[in-house]
Amino acid sequence: MRSRKLVFSLFALLLLAFGALVVSAQDGGAGLTIGFSQVGSESAWRTSFTQAVLAEAEARGINLLFSDGQQRQENQIAALRSFIAQGVDAIILAPVVETGWDEVLQEAADNQIPVVIVDRNVTADPSLYITRVSSDFVHEGRLAGAWLAQATAGQCNIVELQGTVGSSAALDRQQGFNEVIALFSGMQIIQSQSGDFTRTGGKEVMESFLNAVDPSTICAVWAHNDDMLIGAIEAMREAGIDPGQDILTISVDAIPDIFQAMVDGDANATVELSPNMGAPAFDAVVAYLNGEDLPSWIPVAGGIYFPDTAAEELARRTAGS
Amino acid sequence: MVNTKTSFETETPVSRGNLQRMLRNSRKLLFPLAALILILIGNWLISPNFFNVRIVDGRMLGSIVDIFNRGAPTVILAVGMTLVIATKGIDLSVGAVIAICGAVAAVLIDQTELSPFIVIAISIGAGVLCGLWNGVLVAVFDIQPFIATLILMVVGRGIAQLITAGQIAIFNNPTLEFVGKGVVLGLPFPIILSALVLILVYLMVRRTAIGLLIESVGSNDRASYYAGIDARAIKLFVYVISGVCAAIAGLIITADIRGADANNAGLWLELDAVLAVVIGGTLLTGGRFYLGLSVIGALIIQSIQTGIFVSGLPPTFNLIVQAVVILLILFLQSEEFRRPFTRLFMRMRKQS
Repeated sequence: MRSRKLVFSLFALLLLAFGALVVSAQDGGAGLTIGFSQVGSESAWRTSFTQAVLAEAEARGINLLFSDGQQRQENQIAALRSFIAQGVDAIILAPVVETGWDEVLQEAADNQIPVVIVDRNVTADPSLYITRVSSDFVHEGRLAGAWLAQATAGQCNIVELQGTVGSSAALDRQQGFNEVIALFSGMQIIQSQSGDFTRTGGKEVMESFLNAVDPSTICAVWAHNDDMLIGAIEAMREAGIDPGQDILTISVDAIPDIFQAMVDGDANATVELSPNMGAPAFDAVVAYLNGEDLPSWIPVAGGIYFPDTAAEELARRTAGS
Repeated sequence: MVNTKTSFETETPVSRGNLQRMLRNSRKLLFPLAALILILIGNWLISPNFFNVRIVDGRMLGSIVDIFNRGAPTVILAVGMTLVIATKGIDLSVGAVIAICGAVAAVLIDQTELSPFIVIAISIGAGVLCGLWNGVLVAVFDIQPFIATLILMVVGRGIAQLITAGQIAIFNNPTLEFVGKGVVLGLPFPIILSALVLILVYLMVRRTAIGLLIESVGSNDRASYYAGIDARAIKLFVYVISGVCAAIAGLIITADIRGADANNAGLWLELDAVLAVVIGGTLLTGGRFYLGLSVIGALIIQSIQTGIFVSGLPPTFNLIVQAVVILLILFLQSEEFRRPFTRLFMRMRKQS
């Protein structure tokens, strides 16, 4: 009698546990163990990306195993192997480079561990991972172009500060921006150079633009990231130009320093490169575990920010540090 | 009267010797200088307002000013690098030292109440330490300079990132900003600073025996050791000078954008500095060195860069154009390359 009761209660317990697992999988993934291999902490954006994932995991009750790859692929591969050995429920990989992942992804697939690629892409066979979550650079470029078209009523001579030549962020942002301004015959790019995504690069290139063309003919500067724009602001100030007033500015990233520039009246708008990739990545894992179909790419689109909310955004974004 | 006459007479042979030496060196001087002038003319043809200078708020603005201003860090690095290369060494760590010294200055000025002058002194002190590290590895432990300085090149950026906690460390301090953004007599301060560094180092090596000692250590350090020259001390000395030069360049770059960017400040600048020295005619095998020509070399590199920026060429061509122009300059300097042309020239002269 007693043994039957024991078996029954054990069975009930098991059922309960199973039920809890299923329910939790629908409930944002609580109780799941997920390994997250991050590139490193080479930029402020990367740091906020990591923090966003950690915070999202905590809010959802996910047991997140975090590994910082210190910008080395060997470290990331070692981390992935250790996740596989620990038998995690899923792996989130933010790869440092695109190539060389086939083998370790195959090992994960052999162990039935789903992998979500976030941020940068990988060249491996798409069947080795369930989906990819990343920013939509083309969308960012379009948003920037659309704002500028509206702000200038479609009449604007633009100077462009490109990112690192050949990088996907630079190519796609340029494509999106050019698509939009092509709709307006009064908008054209009169100077374009690469500032390598750095402040020094942005400043040096902007200086040369201001020497090459009459500054009064420039209506706006479009920078592929905020850092280059901050450098360009320095260059404009030194040339006696009021940035944000004489020359409009639009850039991408939404780092804290650009909000400071907006508070100071030196910048007009920034498109956010959303670091909030945790939620869509976890959603994808949960959806996969529930047997739902996933698109091969889940784009994460950021908003656009203006000086009116700059002070509060700055406060919010620097609160942690 | 008599006095002046005698002094005149005694000086005549000296100045004639100087003149002869100058003529002998003139061909060496000719090619880098000619290359610089050719590039500037090329820039002027591409962009007609290249030599225009306008004055806004007491500051001179124009492409030609940009060349000297943007080129200042490379010029300063090239001065230090020339001495290192003259001892048959090389200092690959200067780019990383720029990042370290910039980070030290930015973080100290932002997070402490120290006077900016003390902060600048500490930052230059960090450069001295980096130079000592390299110098000890090369001079005391006799590690090959390429490898010895590669260590700091790799580790240095990591150290700089530790100092700035991986962020761009920004600051607001007019005195420190002046190093990169200040204006003296209408000229950006980095131009003045690079000229000062050149003059000081020139006086130090050419008005004392140090220059001669450096050249002798570079030509043959064993022989100079037997001749009673402390080769170790000389090597240690040149790496420290190179470290100090890198620190000054780091202060300029950091002050220029009012922030220390540990990832990008001075990135690959060590290669520009080495190239500048080589264009200037100092051999990587050590020995004789030419400070002024290294500076011309640095200005050549910057003129190409600025020329590309104002040309309106798509940025995809930047590196190709740079490489081709530099290759042409090196060809111009190569006697083997020039020989067929010289022969042709001689034959034509003979015929006429």
